Amino acid sequence: MSSYRIQGATGEWEVVIGLEVHAQISTQAKLFSGAATAFGAEPNTQVSLVDAAMPGMLPVPNAECIRQAVRTGIAIGAVINPWSRFDRKNYFYADLPQGYQISQLYHPLVGEGAVTITPDDKKPDETKVIGVERIHVEQDAGKLMHDQHPTMSYVDLNRSGVALMEIVSKPDMRSPAEAGAYLAKLRTILRYVGSCDGNMDQGSMRADVNVSVRRPGEPFGTRTETKNVNSVRFVMATVEYEASRQVDVLEAGGKIVQETRLFDPDTGTTRSMRSKEDAHDYRYFPDPDLLPLVLQPAFIEECRASLPELPDAKRARYETALGLSAYNAGVLTAEAETARWFERLIAESARRQGKTEAEVARAASNWLTSELFGALNKLGRTLSDSPVSPEAGAELLALVGDGTISGSIAKQVLEKMLESGDAPGVIVEREGLKQTSDTGAIEAAVDAVLAANADKVEQYRAGKEALFGFFVGQTMKAMQGKGNPQLVNQVIKARLG
Amino acid sequence: MSELTDLGIAAIRDGVAKGDFTATEVAQAFNAAVAEANPALNAFIVTTPDHALAAAQRVDAARAAGQPLGKLAGVPIGMKDLFATKGVQTTAASHILEGFVPPYESTVSQRLWDAGAGMLGKLNLDQFAMGSSNETSAFGNVISPWRAAGDNAGRAPGGSSGGSSAAVAARIAAAATGTDTGGSIRQPAAFTGISGIKPTYGRCSRWGIVAFASSLDQAGPMARDVTDCAIMLEAMAGFDAKDSTSLDLPVPAWSAQLSDDLKGLKVGIPREYRIDGLNADVAKSWDDGIAWLKDAGAQVVDISLPHTRYALPTYYIIAPAEASSNLARYDGVRYGLRDLPEGAGLQDMYAATRAAGFGSEVKRRIMIGTYVLSAGFYDAYYTQAQKVRTLIARDFEEAFRQVDVILTPTAPSAAFVLGQKSDDPLEMYLNDVFSVPASLAGLPAMSVPAGLDRQGLPLGLHLIGRPFDEQGVLNAGLAIERRAAFTARPEKWW
Repeated sequence: MSSYRIQGATGEWEVVIGLEVHAQISTQAKLFSGAATAFGAEPNTQVSLVDAAMPGMLPVPNAECIRQAVRTGIAIGAVINPWSRFDRKNYFYADLPQGYQISQLYHPLVGEGAVTITPDDKKPDETKVIGVERIHVEQDAGKLMHDQHPTMSYVDLNRSGVALMEIVSKPDMRSPAEAGAYLAKLRTILRYVGSCDGNMDQGSMRADVNVSVRRPGEPFGTRTETKNVNSVRFVMATVEYEASRQVDVLEAGGKIVQETRLFDPDTGTTRSMRSKEDAHDYRYFPDPDLLPLVLQPAFIEECRASLPELPDAKRARYETALGLSAYNAGVLTAEAETARWFERLIAESARRQGKTEAEVARAASNWLTSELFGALNKLGRTLSDSPVSPEAGAELLALVGDGTISGSIAKQVLEKMLESGDAPGVIVEREGLKQTSDTGAIEAAVDAVLAANADKVEQYRAGKEALFGFFVGQTMKAMQGKGNPQLVNQVIKARLG
Repeated sequence: MSELTDLGIAAIRDGVAKGDFTATEVAQAFNAAVAEANPALNAFIVTTPDHALAAAQRVDAARAAGQPLGKLAGVPIGMKDLFATKGVQTTAASHILEGFVPPYESTVSQRLWDAGAGMLGKLNLDQFAMGSSNETSAFGNVISPWRAAGDNAGRAPGGSSGGSSAAVAARIAAAATGTDTGGSIRQPAAFTGISGIKPTYGRCSRWGIVAFASSLDQAGPMARDVTDCAIMLEAMAGFDAKDSTSLDLPVPAWSAQLSDDLKGLKVGIPREYRIDGLNADVAKSWDDGIAWLKDAGAQVVDISLPHTRYALPTYYIIAPAEASSNLARYDGVRYGLRDLPEGAGLQDMYAATRAAGFGSEVKRRIMIGTYVLSAGFYDAYYTQAQKVRTLIARDFEEAFRQVDVILTPTAPSAAFVLGQKSDDPLEMYLNDVFSVPASLAGLPAMSVPAGLDRQGLPLGLHLIGRPFDEQGVLNAGLAIERRAAFTARPEKWW
């Protein structure tokens, strides 16, 4: 369905993409030890005897990590395997204290599932289903620091043993936009579920990007794997660069080597890290320190029951039950936090205005997506650090709703709310922004405007009806925007009629 | 009264409790015996007289204050140097861990200290528990206190728990801890005329024990007699949340329920253990064992364990495979030996450190294990071995439908002369031929002294029980112990 094609010298090429996403499970403690997992702690302050692989230390699975991975699996409609097992992946590196990573090769915790993506924001109705092969649980490694000493490297084991989910997609993506949309959607789902904070800049989520190219309709080509790409934008750039590089190689008569590559964010290019010939023999075998992981049906059910409303369901509900546009529904459900904010806004709006949520939702969604987002954007802020709370927003919407202020005054009030953090009612009162419905005052203002513009009154009466707006604007200006627009209209019409 | 060092666990505990002597006197007597014997026997890698004394003084103080005393109150024991002991060097008898002082205490050793025992020192062993003679220790081999009649050649104390067996047999420790992966408690016990039990896999926590082969390693007591083994095992065993393979079962009162009345008990004699060329003295002691168990009221039944001949090859795939991975952590990065040649990079450091730190038997097993797990060989070796392991376990399941306990010899011979087998690994591995099947099946098994061979060296008999039935094994062991009336002890030459 994707029409993304690379135009080579010899014709069109199609790109095939699969992602292996490593997502850090949001738990207080590591996968097999009680050590803490907070980001940004001093080096080697969150390391237990198990994480440092001291002699005689043994791993004990952290049930909460398993629970979060199962919840994630259920959220993408995946098969949950009631029997799974941990394997050791053996290799030597200074950031890997045990000399092996505990992972799941042969029997993963979660089997096949799927993620529905919307590759183009502007076409919210065009969706595509991306298959997920499996999710397994594994340990993270530590970190080497090469900048501490002229000739030596230092090791920080804070991350050693932190729980990761590896979410392996099928090779179902066909364009950079699809790869980006898949990663963004996965992040949305993880954040809704609460199993991963999705903070790619802190390394909580990163992707290995598998890319190959082929002539449309032909079998898969040889793929390369670009490791540890840590933003949606970089994933898209990796696909774009790697696909065109591969096309260039193939069209020049070369062959694609199955290899591991690195993405360089500064240049937007990838470079070879090691080829398949140098690949490790990981000597996977079942970890004899751990028993098979057997999940009881009640445990899986508890995981299912604990899930919140997920983004696809929420988006559909916003459109059907709340009557929002597909675009607004998409924007408001893209982040769990936005949806939470919006739902508090409409709950409070409905309460204040004595209406149903469905009755206030459209106005609220328009105000949120155009007014508040725009204003926050100008300030370089997001909803999470917005000076305006959903309750304050609802109060502002209620002031418009009951005619206390006009829509244009509401914009001024919002600006003052963002500056001062004060409640809208307080601002309206203090600044005297209340809308005037005093007919006498409006008539006086209209009369003054008409008297001062006698020539234009003549022209209007001669048929130049477009001048009506001019009289309204002049009246509102004279009243500093506080005249009730409906009444102003009525009075002008009466006087000129 | 005989010397205090002649006493075992029960006698010391009861004597201290009654006030016949103080725990401090016992600790002093054993400390002195260790100091006298160790230069000759090399049973201890380090001695810790202060630890033994401090534990004894706490027991004496508790007794004086009228407080309740633990199961092992006042008993000085030796600790195999595979158990991490807080503040005391723990080496696994390997140069790679020389000087390593753990900031933590293994679960089993902590339980023993909590029961009132004191530590005389850390006992020598085969390096990383890999060996059957103690000759692979980086700290020199242990010499058995036993000598053949008219022959002063140094004998192997068995292995890997050879420091433990030698110390208990020489009466320089009231008892000792051992660990058993393929026979490392039972074979040394047999070689030195003492008792030792490997409980069901999972009875004793592995937390804090330097790992050899995780799916096989089990700690157990080595002591003067069956009763002492039962008492000490009660203190060592029990669920530990820090070990995922630990059994979450209550610890039975084995010592209180000991009985040598075997009426109604069926004892299996596996025909596959009667191997070609079985040593005549060993065969005779096996026949003695059968007669003693009959005398105790048991019915003897011939059984078959058809996959026995595959046990040793299976063991020598699985154990090295796990070891090759378990020993990857000794890399020179965080603790232990680091050999960093001038200008070396990370890979060079690994190679230099591990080449210098590991002994040749350890290297051999790491290479075997790496090979059987490598791509292209995994299915042919490791997967196949796991299948055979299942068949071996099934043999026992079948057998235990007919019988309650199985009797075999512990080892194919009495203690050999040091150096005799050290050049031939396969010959050495054959020492475990009778002990390995129970390890692969995770079953409780013990060795008890049965008598002396014609050279005057001890022979052991081996009892294998159903999972969790340590009581059945101990009771059959007690029946043999009472009838064998084994009182021989090595003549003091040190």
